[in-house]
Amino acid sequence: MTSVHDWDVTNPVKTNRTGLIGKAVERYEGPLKVTGTAPYAYEVQPPSPPAYGVMVGAAIAAGRITGADIAAAEASPGVLAVWTHLNVPKQAPRGTKAHPRSSAGSRPALEDERVAYFGQPVAFVIADTLENAVAASHLVKLTYDADAPDVDFLARLDEAGQPPGEQDVEIGDFAAGFAAAAVQVDGTWTTPIQNHCQMEPCASLVWFEGDKCIAHTSVQMVKPAQHGLAETIGIPRDNVHLMTRYIGGGFGGKGQTYDDLTLAALGAKALGRPVKVAFTRQQMMHGTVHRPATVQRVRLGASRDGTLDAMSMMTWTHCHKGGNFTEHASNFCRALYAAPNRLTGHRLVRLDLPAAGAMRAPGEASGTMSLECAMDELAEKLGLDPLELRIRNEPAVDPENGRPFSMRQLVRCLKEGAQLFGWDRRLPTPGQVRDGRWLVGMGMAAAIRGNFLLPAKCSFTVEPDGTIVVRQGMTDIGTGTYTVLAQIAAETLAVPLGQVRVEIGDSELPPAPGSGGQFGAATAGSAALMAGMKLRTAIAELATGDPGSPLHAGAPDEVTFQDGVIAISNRSETLSDLIRRAAPDGLTVEGEVRPAQDAQQWSTQTYGSHFVEVGVDPVTGEVRVRRMLGVFAAGRILNAATARSQLTGGMIWGAASALTEANPVDVRYGSFLNQDLAQYLVPVQADIGEVDAIMLDEVDDKANPMGIKGVGELGNSGAGAAVANAVYNACGVRVRDYPITPDKLLAGLIAQGR
Amino acid sequence: MRPFTYERATSAEAAARAAALTPGARFIAGGTNLIDLMKLEIETPAHLIDVSRLPMAAIEPTAVGGLRIGAAASNSAVAADATVRARYPVLSEAIVAGGSPQLRNKASVAGNLLQRTRCPYFYDTTKPCNKRRPGAGCAALEGLNRNAAIFGASRACIATHTSDMAVALVALDARVEALSPSGQPRSFPVSELHYLPGDTPHLETELIPGELITAVVLPPPPAGGQTYRKVRDRASYAGGLASVAVAGGQVALGMVAHKPWRASAAEGALAAGASPAEAIARELEGASPLGRNDFKVPLVARLTAAAIDDANGRG
Repeated sequence: MTSVHDWDVTNPVKTNRTGLIGKAVERYEGPLKVTGTAPYAYEVQPPSPPAYGVMVGAAIAAGRITGADIAAAEASPGVLAVWTHLNVPKQAPRGTKAHPRSSAGSRPALEDERVAYFGQPVAFVIADTLENAVAASHLVKLTYDADAPDVDFLARLDEAGQPPGEQDVEIGDFAAGFAAAAVQVDGTWTTPIQNHCQMEPCASLVWFEGDKCIAHTSVQMVKPAQHGLAETIGIPRDNVHLMTRYIGGGFGGKGQTYDDLTLAALGAKALGRPVKVAFTRQQMMHGTVHRPATVQRVRLGASRDGTLDAMSMMTWTHCHKGGNFTEHASNFCRALYAAPNRLTGHRLVRLDLPAAGAMRAPGEASGTMSLECAMDELAEKLGLDPLELRIRNEPAVDPENGRPFSMRQLVRCLKEGAQLFGWDRRLPTPGQVRDGRWLVGMGMAAAIRGNFLLPAKCSFTVEPDGTIVVRQGMTDIGTGTYTVLAQIAAETLAVPLGQVRVEIGDSELPPAPGSGGQFGAATAGSAALMAGMKLRTAIAELATGDPGSPLHAGAPDEVTFQDGVIAISNRSETLSDLIRRAAPDGLTVEGEVRPAQDAQQWSTQTYGSHFVEVGVDPVTGEVRVRRMLGVFAAGRILNAATARSQLTGGMIWGAASALTEANPVDVRYGSFLNQDLAQYLVPVQADIGEVDAIMLDEVDDKANPMGIKGVGELGNSGAGAAVANAVYNACGVRVRDYPITPDKLLAGLIAQGR
Repeated sequence: MRPFTYERATSAEAAARAAALTPGARFIAGGTNLIDLMKLEIETPAHLIDVSRLPMAAIEPTAVGGLRIGAAASNSAVAADATVRARYPVLSEAIVAGGSPQLRNKASVAGNLLQRTRCPYFYDTTKPCNKRRPGAGCAALEGLNRNAAIFGASRACIATHTSDMAVALVALDARVEALSPSGQPRSFPVSELHYLPGDTPHLETELIPGELITAVVLPPPPAGGQTYRKVRDRASYAGGLASVAVAGGQVALGMVAHKPWRASAAEGALAAGASPAEAIARELEGASPLGRNDFKVPLVARLTAAAIDDANGRG
């Protein structure tokens, strides 16, 4: 039985003797990235000149391909192959697993004549140059028998059903509690489809060395990518060596592989030479997953003193007809506020849109956009400060299941944030503050996001020159994994940071679950700590057992580590002297972490507060963020710089969700309107103004051996609602249909007579 | 992108001549719009004539007290020019409201004028578009057309011209200087450069095949204050929802029509003593919104009235 109490023992990360843990250490791979020399998958140097593959997307959203004329493309200069479903090399049927323990099944490309979504890759061209491949791709002529696409989410809400295996959760009697409540809020909010828009599109480069498939791709999880590719092209898993060393953003969208990888592998096999394939920016919008739209009905019932008597969040959302992905926008509220009568649940509509999938803070990012605005509305009805309303509904234990919180500093986040931001200067009546042409308002919201620990392994090697090498099948999607693993290794073995090398993103390294769900640092880092602790023991035993060592015959548990030197009192030698002499091939150990079996006895979350000041132009309805401050409690922070970057990045995303980001569906065609970054509006520098994130001192000893938690998604939770609340405070208009664009706000301003 | 040939023009005359002689030829200067369109095969020139290094980038005073801006001057250079900033601030403000610094460094004055619409259906080649394929139909007409034209549109096309710079030039009564393939120079108002869509939205400008814009000429600025205001979803690097250029009593609107829209009715009303709000209301009597872009009518009304007030305050 493993227990969180096993983690009570002290360790170097906790004691942090050199102060490296938490320090704003510069990014391990930073110089490579800023000098353009970090080889992303598409830029890896293959052993021989690669061929270039280009995908062709379906021009319809549903139906069948009735004809494929590839003659002109085949005859185009430099073309090496043109494939459609009629001539693509054989792949295993979808979802099948030749190896029963594969973590992903077959995902065949160009599978058959059916078109399941707009932009689905339906043809593939390989040529000697990218230019020739692109030119030929435009010559592929496909004819279709199109069905009317079933893509109108809002028109199909009536058909929504329970997601598979789920039920509504009711505690107490919501209907009675809500009906009897002295003050009520009952509102419906809508959030739109969002695209991940990673800087690096999905891309792959594959070649074969004998039977071995060498695949470089851009993916957040290594093992499913390796297994899925092996299953798809029908080779043993061990014959796929998959690498994803540098990743230009994931955000959940690269939680799976796409046809770029499959087609590059099939191409490399067929042609006997390396093949590289990348999605274009336009293809990314439809060809990879998106955050689905939601409709959220929130009902809050409270007593006059602000105590919540009843709380309900019901979410309607959509996924592809072939899928089950559910945007669980209602889940987070279960742990957030106390209320005796509660009802939460989800409804799912299946559509002919591309697959819905995870995006940064799935659930919370969308869900806080309604509940945290409903709380603002309730506070106004009660005549309470929205901050005070939240404090009055702070639960003592997890209100859904009665479990104690492992650590909960939400109220401290709220109070410290209010003080740092100057919340006391907010006027509760909207529309009272002007700065030039701008009406100025302040808003706030709470943040919450779960914390997770998954099984992971990691190996540590000390090399003869004293270098500590961390090896793990983990990924760094721009979050700082390389850096925090180096910090953990350096602190654990007490060597200078420059004496650590980190190798990740490789299927032949000890497996870790990858990046996602803000579990990366805790999971990969804990496994690294475990490996480091084992290596300390192994080094101590090696030294004390080695007659050539000054530490010989000492007690292994008395060996101390400092600055690359091991010692027992005044007897010492360098790590490198020991290893060179006693283990000339290096000394390697493997560590492992697993979730504690009793971890579920606690409710373990990360928390925060957001404070935002916006300007609203009352003439045009334009909104500009002036200031954003987040205060977060997320366990021990490993690196102040990379953690802050994660948090502020999430906050900025939240602002974008409130104000600009959306991809509307043209229901006639089943396609998204915005297909490039000039049309799909992620924030630019000028949109944001000041932004800062403060991290409270915290150690959550129930979370993992280091007491850290995740920060990758927390910043995105609640930030959008704080912006929307600030917009209301600025001008007195509430827009519940996100994003709050000038046209919508203008309608409200005009209705008010402004 | 289709294969194409490329030449660097040695003179404006040679460029215009070559463009007329080579089927499918296009001029290229900054390429900030053309190359994007070539990648999508919306533009498929067989031959590119690079005019970016011709000596056409000078910004110099004219004999009558105006300013002549070479067609190859970069948007950044024009916006930063001391004379432009002092005497034509509306032009400087309009230019910096467009694109991004990187784009403005690369984009030329003529290229800015000749940029093509940002209608999303124009960019999605799986959808019908009368600009891309005359007679194919207009997907935007019944589509997600929140940013469509409210003036001068047709059933064939509801796209807008999205240049900011052009709106200021029209308000300033600027003229285009162009050189025909036969070496004939001519000059006409910027307001006559772009066509309304009618039944032929693929025919966008007054220029004949091969004709090269060589300069834009500003008359002396009109009396009164100047301002440019643009409304957009994002603070920078975003096409506008509407814009207005005011130069004294001269007013032009952007992103509301297939061309920069000179608000003549509003100007007439202003001259006759109407308030800014009354004046723009007169202009908007001619607006024909489509539903999703209805908001542009009150938006333009409020924006223009505020901008005129603003300009008067600066006068």
